Amino acid sequence: MKFNDAIAGACLIALAVAILVHIQDYPLIPGQKYGPALFPGVIAVGFIVTGGILFVRGVRHGAPLVVLGEWLRRPALVTNFLAVCAALVFYVVAADPLGFIITSIVFLGVLLLKFGVRAAVALPVVIVATLVMHTLFYKVLRVPLPWGVLERYAW
Amino acid sequence: MTALLTAFGLVFDPYTLFVILLSAVFGLFVGAVPGLTATMATALLVPVTFFMPPVPAIASIVTATAMAIFSGDIPGALMRIPGTPASAAYTDESYTMTRNGHAETVLGADLVFSVIGGIFGTIVLVAAAPSLAEVALKFSSFEYFWLVLLGLACAVIISMGDTVKGIVSLLAGLLISSIGLDNPAGYPRFTFGSIELLGSVGLIPMMIGMFAVSEILRYAVTTDEHAEMFRKQIGNVFRGMWGLCKKYPWSILRGSVLGTAIGALPGAGADIAAWMSYAMSKKFSRTPEKFGTGHVEGIVEAGAANNSALAGAWIPALVFGIPGDSITAIVIGVLYIKGMNPGPTIFINNPENIYAVFIVFFLANLMMIPLGWACIKAARRILDVPRNVLMPVILLFCVVGAFAINNTLFAVTVILVFGVAAYFMEENGYPVAPAILGVILGTMLEENFISSMIKADGRFLGFFERPIAGFLGALTIIVWLWPLAKWLRVRGRAPAAA
Repeated sequence: MKFNDAIAGACLIALAVAILVHIQDYPLIPGQKYGPALFPGVIAVGFIVTGGILFVRGVRHGAPLVVLGEWLRRPALVTNFLAVCAALVFYVVAADPLGFIITSIVFLGVLLLKFGVRAAVALPVVIVATLVMHTLFYKVLRVPLPWGVLERYAW
Repeated sequence: MTALLTAFGLVFDPYTLFVILLSAVFGLFVGAVPGLTATMATALLVPVTFFMPPVPAIASIVTATAMAIFSGDIPGALMRIPGTPASAAYTDESYTMTRNGHAETVLGADLVFSVIGGIFGTIVLVAAAPSLAEVALKFSSFEYFWLVLLGLACAVIISMGDTVKGIVSLLAGLLISSIGLDNPAGYPRFTFGSIELLGSVGLIPMMIGMFAVSEILRYAVTTDEHAEMFRKQIGNVFRGMWGLCKKYPWSILRGSVLGTAIGALPGAGADIAAWMSYAMSKKFSRTPEKFGTGHVEGIVEAGAANNSALAGAWIPALVFGIPGDSITAIVIGVLYIKGMNPGPTIFINNPENIYAVFIVFFLANLMMIPLGWACIKAARRILDVPRNVLMPVILLFCVVGAFAINNTLFAVTVILVFGVAAYFMEENGYPVAPAILGVILGTMLEENFISSMIKADGRFLGFFERPIAGFLGALTIIVWLWPLAKWLRVRGRAPAAA
């Protein structure tokens, strides 16, 4: 998905304005000329300059506002993209209540099937990958992966 | 001398050697599978190395990346798909050679000249870094301020493509670096009341997002390319290599020198080194017309260049804490975690660890000969591993790895946000490297600016009064004005042409 430079430029200028408004509240350091607002302020000015150049260039160039990549016309690929994002969101939401093991099984199972792996192949992959990952991180590296609902059966 | 002996002891410890061997196999695999890059290998290794002592941790990264840059050449030769971006420059040439029946020669050249380039880069690293560090010991905040600004300029200018977009990317990185409490005033910026953002975004999860999750997203939307794989038995790859060494000594030297130099320049790494070297090889060749028809000369030169760039990138990373490429950007994060803060004093405080890094570089490049040979023999099996099985497993590894750094789920959100961001940046022609450099160097830039300003009593001229600072300052200004000058020249010429 390619955006016209004018859109990017306008967004950058909007971002810069937001930064400039936000840093108005930053305190001054007594006895010093440069406080915490300086650095973000310079960045914002940079965004205005580069955003301006991109905007002018985009308008002159006259390209379409958005060019959809080939994948966006193929529903299977769009849902692939969304599935990857959704899997990550699912992990953030589910890891604590459900625990790592169940979350990982759902996470891998759904993605593998979505990517077209046959169930007969996906099932062993899900089980082995979950157990290997759990053993490596929880047992060997002592990362506190959550148990969630499986707390009682923790090993 | 005792430090050197200690360093040998640290490297030739059974645990370290075991880690090196495993990392080598991991690196060869990741490099050979298209869509998995050397930077991704590093990002994936970090959560595991997090729990190791410094030397094995660094050794695993050095080894895995060296192997991955070599093995990235293999699918280029066999399938016409580069395994990592560093092999893209000569993928077509390699594949043409394979089609012409020279698979052994091209794979052998990939291996042998990777090793030679890697060793050359290492020798330069060993020779240059300590002496540069002695100079750098005298640097004050003025010199560091200019050096950082110069590094950022290089990152923008060398990144191929659009300079304006490079600057946007850099500014975005600087903006991210300003999030949190870590600024000279200790004032929480852009945290919006979030406790997690007080400590900024977290470098490692961000890198995992930008270099691993973005690649998985790219895989998820690839309009599947059915690449034909070369399936014939591969014979002795070392035959004729000595002949190539004698035939192209200047190419090997030029590729290695250029590669090391590009690697050492901040922000540009093995991939840009390979493109530039390949172009240079064609320019200086006695038979430029043969390029593109299955000619080995460019592969010799660019193959040496991308491996030498790896070691070159460590020079500014170790001496100044300024990463030479995206791999060393991650390495700098690891060095801080391990208490080996980069900077000239590292050569005084931790000489044994630094020597150990040097030894590992040599060892990794030498080990590449047998292991790389084995990898070529096993190539077809590696390339047959279905990527639709691999990618979900890697994504889960990214999640658990990011979580492991601080044990917070916030890191998982970070990898998602930065993965999607990096994907769209690349789609729209915004280079990622300047953003990474901005994130890493932002704090250093601000701190050195503020302390210089205090020292100079607010006078800008103070930034030019010390001789080295003055020189670096002038150089920085010239480099930053370069794109503007080029633009004005093009504009000046355009009406005349019309």
